[in-house]
Amino acid sequence: MHESEQRTLSRVLITLALSVLVFFALRWCFHFVQSKEIPRLLGALIAVVAGVAGVWALYWIANEWVSLIPSRRVREALLPFVFLGPALFLLVVYLVYPGLTTIYISFFDKRSENFVGLDNYAFIFTDPNVRIAFRNNAQWLIVVTSLCVTLGLLTAVLFDRIRLESLAKSFIFLPMAISAVGASVIWRFVYAWQPPGRPQIGVLNAIRVALGQEPVGWYIQPPSNNLALMAIMIWLQTGFCMVILSAALKNVPDELLEAARMDGANELQLFFLISVPYIRGVIITVATTVLIAVLKVFDIVYVMTRGNYDTEVIANRMYVEMYRFVNFGHGSALAVILFLAVAPAAFFNVRNMRRQRGEQ
Amino acid sequence: MKHKRASRGILASFTLRGAVALICLIWTIPTIGLLISSFRELNHIMTSGWWTVFRTPLDFSQYTLENYRRVISAHGLGNAFLNSVTATVPSTLIPITVAAFAAYALAWMRFPGRDMLFTLIVWLIVIPLQMTLIPLLRIYVALKLSGTFPGIWLAHTGFGIPLAVYLLYSFISQIPRELIEAATVDGASHFQIFTQVVLRLSTPAIASFAVFQFLWVWNDLLVSLVFLGTSQDVATMTVVLTELVGTRGQDWHLLTSGAFVSMAVPLLVFFSLQRYFVRGILAGSVKG
Repeated sequence: MHESEQRTLSRVLITLALSVLVFFALRWCFHFVQSKEIPRLLGALIAVVAGVAGVWALYWIANEWVSLIPSRRVREALLPFVFLGPALFLLVVYLVYPGLTTIYISFFDKRSENFVGLDNYAFIFTDPNVRIAFRNNAQWLIVVTSLCVTLGLLTAVLFDRIRLESLAKSFIFLPMAISAVGASVIWRFVYAWQPPGRPQIGVLNAIRVALGQEPVGWYIQPPSNNLALMAIMIWLQTGFCMVILSAALKNVPDELLEAARMDGANELQLFFLISVPYIRGVIITVATTVLIAVLKVFDIVYVMTRGNYDTEVIANRMYVEMYRFVNFGHGSALAVILFLAVAPAAFFNVRNMRRQRGEQ
Repeated sequence: MKHKRASRGILASFTLRGAVALICLIWTIPTIGLLISSFRELNHIMTSGWWTVFRTPLDFSQYTLENYRRVISAHGLGNAFLNSVTATVPSTLIPITVAAFAAYALAWMRFPGRDMLFTLIVWLIVIPLQMTLIPLLRIYVALKLSGTFPGIWLAHTGFGIPLAVYLLYSFISQIPRELIEAATVDGASHFQIFTQVVLRLSTPAIASFAVFQFLWVWNDLLVSLVFLGTSQDVATMTVVLTELVGTRGQDWHLLTSGAFVSMAVPLLVFFSLQRYFVRGILAGSVKG
């Protein structure tokens, strides 16, 4: 009895010592990395290792403390908190609390000091510049979503009939690896404009000049400049649509297609009367996914035009309200509107996802 | 009759292949133009289209690595690369850790409200990032967390948890009960079962999410702008590249090489882990 008590005491002391050690080690790392005297590479390495190891150490220590509790019932009641606690804490801090606060402060003024009722929403729906953002988001939504899905279907069908299918798919899928910022630089170069008479260095203007036309400021001149920005998104997202739609098309039962062929249907009829209806659910899911991404589009507009030349969109306008005008009332009202626009599509997608896995 | 049909088939397949090649070409030309230009001197880029190199593609005197040297050293892309690594690696590994612990508890521990909690977590996927920015920005300023790497790790962890919990839960909960029970009989604690059995078995699910989250964080602009900012010692590559576009929009030798440096890691992931890449992108597509 005496010996086991001693063992427990030493375990408590060891755990305590380790907790203190981890605490000071993490604090030291935090300050060390912030200081500017150390070489950059070393600082980065320490930050990465300390960050990841630190998280593991915290779980381990919490688990040790709980396992020191003598009562099995208390231990088993507390352990879920050790495993789930950090995740729940972060969800509350990073999603639940800020989400609710955003709704709340959308009814307050610029600095969230005075209650203003629906003024921020009134501003959003009447300000001509914000209206342009709404108009553009609506156009993005229609053009990008429909073209992504159509091109995704087209490439899925065409590539299915050639031998080097996976190679061809890689070409379309590759942009999925590229950031919207990188893609914007790529396309700025495609759209590059030089004064008439000078050699054009952008592919599109070079083609125009070769055909005897004037070079155009593709992403500068409204209203068609919005299409130039949308093209970037389409270029990025079509690969995603293609991969999912292609997998769905391959699942269309052969017997179904054979039977229709026997009845004399041609390939086009097969596609529109058999395949498309068969994969309708997948098409809708793909479309809602693209739609959500399109509603929240920010990077492309921010890099290409910063919302100038009538290319404003909601997410960029929100950023502008936050940083340039420092108007948290307008900013959060825009965020709420964005949420309300995204929510139905996101709701639909999550429900679909869970149904596919057989959950409620 | 038969002959005529065969020749029509050849023509059709020829057209088909032509169309496929054309689509692939159109999709690739923008990136090729960027890649070639990144190896050309500025005055060459500005006075002739990048396609003119194909007149003498093997004339290596027209290519240079100088752009890369300059953009990496003088324009801070090298620094930004380190910043991106520092921001991205923990922002990928920490959410996996936190979400895996949570998914294990939701799948294999018994406590009241478990199913409801899982449902709640999954539904948080629908909240767009923008809904959280202003309140978080205020908290970060008050706690002096903005502009720090731990700040962005935690932000990406918070935003990534719902999806990660969902993906890992659907995998971890499918682990055969006998495996878990056998370990329990051997006297293993939950912590031991989790680290020694569950994590090892969940590698495929973890890999898919890791690839998705890594690319998402690496390519992200908005979260980096808001939580890290543009100061040189923390700005990630997407931020620095965006600044370059704003301040040196005509310096194509810098923009092309800079863009390519920022794309190098994702492209490497794409080519080396293509299977996980596709799976990860598909798995992550529900992220709101």
